Amino acid sequence: MAFLTRRDPDARGYFGAFGGRYVPETLVEPIEALERAYLAARDDAAFGAELGRLLTHYVGRPTPLYEARRLAAAWGGARVLLKREDLTHTGAHKINNALGQALLALRMGKRRIVAETGAGQHGVASATACALLGLECRVYMGAHDMARQALNVFRMRLLGAEVVGVDGGSRTLKDAINEAMRDWVGRVDDTYYLLGSVLGPHPYPLMVREFQAIIGREARRQILEQTGRLPDAVVACVGGGSNAIGIFDAFIADPAVRLIGVEAGGEGIERGRHAARFAGGSAGVLQGTRTYVLQDEHGNIEATHSISAGLDYAAVGPEHAWLRELGRTEYACAGDAAALDAFQMLARLEGILPALESSHALAHGRSVARELGRDALLLINLSGRGDKDVQSVESAIAQ
Amino acid sequence: MPGGLQRRAMQPAATPPRRGGPRSAWTGRRAADVRGAAMSRLAATFARLRAGGQPGLVTFTTAGDPDLRLSGEILGALDRGGADVLEVGVPFSDPLADGPVIQRATERALASGSNLTAALGLIARLRPGLSAPVVIFSYANPLLRMGVDEFARRAAGAGVDGVLALDLPIEEADSFRETLAGRGLDTIFLLSPTTSDARIRKAAALGRGFLYGISRLGVTGARDRVADGASEMVQRIRAHTDLPLALGFGISRPEHVAEVNACADAAVVGSALVSLIGEAGHSPDVVDRVEAYVRWLKGAATPKGTTHANA
Repeated sequence: MAFLTRRDPDARGYFGAFGGRYVPETLVEPIEALERAYLAARDDAAFGAELGRLLTHYVGRPTPLYEARRLAAAWGGARVLLKREDLTHTGAHKINNALGQALLALRMGKRRIVAETGAGQHGVASATACALLGLECRVYMGAHDMARQALNVFRMRLLGAEVVGVDGGSRTLKDAINEAMRDWVGRVDDTYYLLGSVLGPHPYPLMVREFQAIIGREARRQILEQTGRLPDAVVACVGGGSNAIGIFDAFIADPAVRLIGVEAGGEGIERGRHAARFAGGSAGVLQGTRTYVLQDEHGNIEATHSISAGLDYAAVGPEHAWLRELGRTEYACAGDAAALDAFQMLARLEGILPALESSHALAHGRSVARELGRDALLLINLSGRGDKDVQSVESAIAQ
Repeated sequence: MPGGLQRRAMQPAATPPRRGGPRSAWTGRRAADVRGAAMSRLAATFARLRAGGQPGLVTFTTAGDPDLRLSGEILGALDRGGADVLEVGVPFSDPLADGPVIQRATERALASGSNLTAALGLIARLRPGLSAPVVIFSYANPLLRMGVDEFARRAAGAGVDGVLALDLPIEEADSFRETLAGRGLDTIFLLSPTTSDARIRKAAALGRGFLYGISRLGVTGARDRVADGASEMVQRIRAHTDLPLALGFGISRPEHVAEVNACADAAVVGSALVSLIGEAGHSPDVVDRVEAYVRWLKGAATPKGTTHANA
């Protein structure tokens, strides 16, 4: 396998055969302008310094790397280290990207932000960044997700964002992205689209990865400090895949470190009942990028299901598709029931409520820990906290 | 497969139809104006419009809205009513460039069982009876899912004249365009108010048939008036190319058609027509209403170069 330390997509935004820029004509040149602005910003020390200041003093980075001894003992396998993205300000990794892009919007002179959200964590992070920087914020959210993540809807509104429910399609993340893009197409001159994952047209998959790569940089340094060596495996959940890319990034060039993404197995790998793109999908184009997509024989996007709104999405970030094709990353899935068990287990054994998204990483992490055995080191990205999910969990347990 | 399906692809370049000849099953009434088979049916249509100083009208409807049978009858009515180009939308689950009216049409069409295969079947069945050229209007994924080679083969067989893939901009369309051209199909590109002069030149060099200008930002949808920037945009495009230009977005009334035709080769009516179909539901009089609507749109537009009547 060819090993790459720097994995920028090619000039047209492709990671191998995945990625690109499949957008309506109106967006082509505004996205080219966005790419130029981003590339200039990432080379600008002042931009980096301002983002660094906010990440340290506002977000609370670095987040801890915490060894979960009781959890590891209960699992009966590898030592388990949790990267605590749940302890960031706003409670998930999403803030890393939201602040980076909001600063970029400001730099581009755009004062109106639109964003989509699934679980609400990216919406909350965007609303927070906009409140902090004095930007107008409108968040699109599927009506189904608004019902199951009501706490986050209220949080966004408290932060001054306008939350717009989306009733089309499956009323989940995919439909929220469609609506955010429609808004952007109509107001591309004064509006910045703050996309929340490593999805969409180039340069979003690259840009979001780079804003999230701080997770892996910190985790790599911390695990070396705490244990004196690299982990044997890194596990993260994959909806669009930004927390996973963020933590994988620092380990890509270490071939001995297994990188494992966990998709939502939902109620089982049957059409419409899961969101495991690599288990049930095929290459296609959705929302600006060519990647693995759940689709029918006519190219229509299939319905998805997951107990976790943040993983309930029919496509995966194009870089994941490419890394998988190269054999550098592997993907598994965990179902609703396993995620619920993991949620409760972490709560009882470690006093931590994980997000339902992150609970999928924990659920599969358990089998990886057993497979690796006692002397191994397992790093799991605890991408967010689960306060938003307590009502969903309560009703799921009651059933 | 009906015998007619392969005829267009197989027709040799050597036998241009006789001027004033009978309606041909595959070239339609525009055959009289085809000066050589190298000229596509779309090129011939726009050449005829320009030569006669006639206002052009392009219609958009979704294949299978409200169902495949009525949708076929609607296309026939549009053709009879005087539409110069028939754009046939392929329903797709995630129409992110469309406003609510066409989103609803897409949902109705999907619910009726329509998809790309059905749309091509519909066109193949109707083609012999239609005069106007037919353009497939689709999001990229259904086309890519079928496979571009296979799609081009089937589309050419069905008698499709051109293809516009909404989220396949010039930069992503190289092999798509070449494959289509290999089957005699025109690839049509969109131009938007955000398109730079450099990319207008690119689209003009690579596009075939006509260019489709959208006169304002935003998703599809009817408006009370044509965007103010429309004529300015046409002038900007005209500075770079002589390709026929159809201008769309927001057109619903004869005076819009007239206004657009004062500067472009044709006006595109989409959401307003689709609204009418949506309101009619499955009532059979939808076919007559559509035909009357198109006649109304077309009729009030006076020939180019004369003063426009105010409707």
